[in-house]
Amino acid sequence: MRIDCDVHGRPPTMAELMPHLDPYWAAYAEEAGIGAPAGIVAVYPPGAATTGDPEGGASLEALREHLDRQQAAHAVLNCVYGLEGLRNLDFASAVASAVNEWLMAEWLDRDPRLRAGIVVKAEDAAGAAAEIERRRGDERFLQVLLPARSERPYGDRSYLPLLEAASEAGLPVAIHFGGFTGNPPTPIGWPSYYIEEYVGMAHAFEAQLTSLVASGAFEQLPDLRVVFVESGFAWLPSAMWRLDKEWRGLWREIPWVKRLPSETIRERVSVTLQPIDPPPQRERLAQVIEQIDCERMLLFSSDFPHAHDRSFEQAFEGILDPGLERAIAADNARALYRL
Amino acid sequence: MSIATSAERQRTSSEGRADGIVDSDVHNTLASNDLLRPYLSQRWTGELERFGLRRPDSIGFFSTRPRKFAARTDAWPVGGVPGGDLELMREQLLDRFPIAATILNPINQTTVGAQPAAFSAALCRALNELTLAEWIEADERLYGAICVPCEDARLAAEEAHRLGDHPRFVQLLVNVRTREPLGNRSYWPLYEAAVEHGLPVAVHVGGHGGNTITGSGWPSYYFEDHAGYPQAFQSQLISLVFEGVFERYPDLKIVLQEGGFAWMSWLMWRMDSAWRRLRDEVPHLERPPSEIVREHFWFTTQPIEEPERPQQFAELWEDVGMPTRALFASDYPHWDFDAPDRALPSVLDAETKRAVLGGNARALYPQLADARVPVR
Amino acid sequence: MSAEGRRYVVARVHELPPGARKLVTIERREIGVFNVGGEFFALRNRCPHQGASLCAGRLVPVVQSRAPGDHKMGDQTLLQCPWHGWEFDIRDGQSWCDPGRLRVRSYDVEVERGDEVGDSERIVDGLVMGPYRADSYPVAVEDGDVVVRLG
Repeated sequence: MRIDCDVHGRPPTMAELMPHLDPYWAAYAEEAGIGAPAGIVAVYPPGAATTGDPEGGASLEALREHLDRQQAAHAVLNCVYGLEGLRNLDFASAVASAVNEWLMAEWLDRDPRLRAGIVVKAEDAAGAAAEIERRRGDERFLQVLLPARSERPYGDRSYLPLLEAASEAGLPVAIHFGGFTGNPPTPIGWPSYYIEEYVGMAHAFEAQLTSLVASGAFEQLPDLRVVFVESGFAWLPSAMWRLDKEWRGLWREIPWVKRLPSETIRERVSVTLQPIDPPPQRERLAQVIEQIDCERMLLFSSDFPHAHDRSFEQAFEGILDPGLERAIAADNARALYRL
Repeated sequence: MSIATSAERQRTSSEGRADGIVDSDVHNTLASNDLLRPYLSQRWTGELERFGLRRPDSIGFFSTRPRKFAARTDAWPVGGVPGGDLELMREQLLDRFPIAATILNPINQTTVGAQPAAFSAALCRALNELTLAEWIEADERLYGAICVPCEDARLAAEEAHRLGDHPRFVQLLVNVRTREPLGNRSYWPLYEAAVEHGLPVAVHVGGHGGNTITGSGWPSYYFEDHAGYPQAFQSQLISLVFEGVFERYPDLKIVLQEGGFAWMSWLMWRMDSAWRRLRDEVPHLERPPSEIVREHFWFTTQPIEEPERPQQFAELWEDVGMPTRALFASDYPHWDFDAPDRALPSVLDAETKRAVLGGNARALYPQLADARVPVR
Repeated sequence: MSAEGRRYVVARVHELPPGARKLVTIERREIGVFNVGGEFFALRNRCPHQGASLCAGRLVPVVQSRAPGDHKMGDQTLLQCPWHGWEFDIRDGQSWCDPGRLRVRSYDVEVERGDEVGDSERIVDGLVMGPYRADSYPVAVEDGDVVVRLG
């Protein structure tokens, strides 16, 4: 049985969140006519082939069929909700909490296979920590969900209370494709086409990885685990080589980092499969896996209903040894999430 | 085949020596912008004196790099700045290694900011004149890159036209952290001029167009700034390809300088994969992005990639699959300098090393075709 | 401890006061001789990474850190390569801050007539010994001469 570490349900409308919102914030949202955050459709345009479902996520029925089809023991719902764009921190955290209540009522309570990432407003680190605490004890929430594009990279000290709370609760921090902060999504301004953002999201993950390494968060929080979701994985070897090279010459600037970044990454970071960046020859993918050189790192994901270029089966046919295939399909996720 | 057998490795000690090395990225540096004053009109000397450069890259972040001037600590001439002294450059680079030609890329970052575009243009022009008079004409091994005020592409094109046919200026130069992605149509007049003069456009580390320097906001450390440069290069490559720049300018050549290259393989895979799914958004692209990249892009080798095992360098070299597009660069006098005799790993065979150390650059830059190590 | 090897007088002690360094060529090898706080050390003038003139580098104290934001300058002295900033223990050329992915050759450091030229301490504040090593040579002070031995 597989564990699918990244699936998407249709995100809620603001109207659906109303019953779960604190009355003050429900009134505030209603008076202002606030709809779902713009970040949702910006990240998953309804008509893009990769979005897979014009609603931005699957219906419960469609998702259940999908899980039946691939014989998944569990699946992790990651509800990308665009909260990074909301500037009123208290409102954003209240919406995050309502989304989590909605996830319980509409999804987790309705299918025992489903698990979810806790939606938080990362820039309100104290509020996010409180939300993590609020979900504690409900084992169906098995990670804390953050967008790849944030106001500042997550190693920034302002996010530390969030990382501490997650690590204290034994929950990995899952950094997911997306994020619509108002800052340009590249270091060089605004691109024109969605395809540029789809491809370029990889560098937002690189920036987060670099920041988390440099900040010393992994040294400070020995239980901190990070999962990159919907990031692809082929970029990891080049990123690790570069970070190791930088660190040899610049460690004095970040002396709390006492060993090669690649060692820390192999110990603490996990990555879901999709979107797979398929090389022209399949053997090259095997080579990437060898360069990553970390059996525990990769987690199977379908990213349903998002539809990328290659399925796991198409991309990996015949190149994984059975032990590694089992690890990717389920064992790594079982160990990471204690499933 | 570009990967050396162990027998071949024994024979590589003299690679690149016959014709001499082409060093595609060296920096002549100004201790101060006041040195440009003799090359500026009174109008702009006055601007410089009274208001200075009002540029985003003067914010504090960029002054926190642990290496002053981002330089080798042994590259400081007495009383000067690294890259500011031709004699020391000769001693440490030009005469120390068998170098036939070097391309000077002054990256004084004078082109962006809250200042009149015409001032940026005047500063670029002055810098080019200084480089010509004080460097290029002083040593036959030195060639120039035309600095252009790229945020105003029409003014940039004017400067390209002014110097474009000079035999010692071999490319146009912009810094990688631009205000907008370089595929943006506002930059196209620059490409028009580049193609007209047959000059490649080099995109070099540096600059600051005013954006947060990662897609996820401002980092805290120079470690992140320096490790993050590939992200800016990736973004430029993505933009140039998907905006259709090469469909409009089929002769345009882009040189990515100092951006690393281990990321190029997976980025090409990802671009092709995305194009298969999303090509309806970019109907002007009628072939896989990787084909466009392999046709229009060159890259410099410094800072050389240092994977965990030597064999992995061979793997990445094969994956990138652009052996004729790799140009050796030392990046003198900067701290991440690559030594011409040591940087290229021994897994590359002698023929490939020769190409990287000079042959590829001679093919790209016709002005360098006959450059030889001077006989002393 | 052995005092064998070919003996070269490289300086008089007064020529190399604390803080001074001198580059000498012995058997066609360039060797930097350093006086660090009254102790003498000798390293080959060649970085094992890309061949830089290592002995033109800065001498810097080790930095100790217990947590993000915490820094303290330690007692041990490292030689920082002028190019890429890789750091080597002045006592024996050992690189630090790099897990031992490759095996490290071990060297004996000679101590002559009780003059301290190094010790057996192998841990620098939690930093991990690295795979790289700059060649180092035993230095002794004999009758006012600074003596380097090649073995």
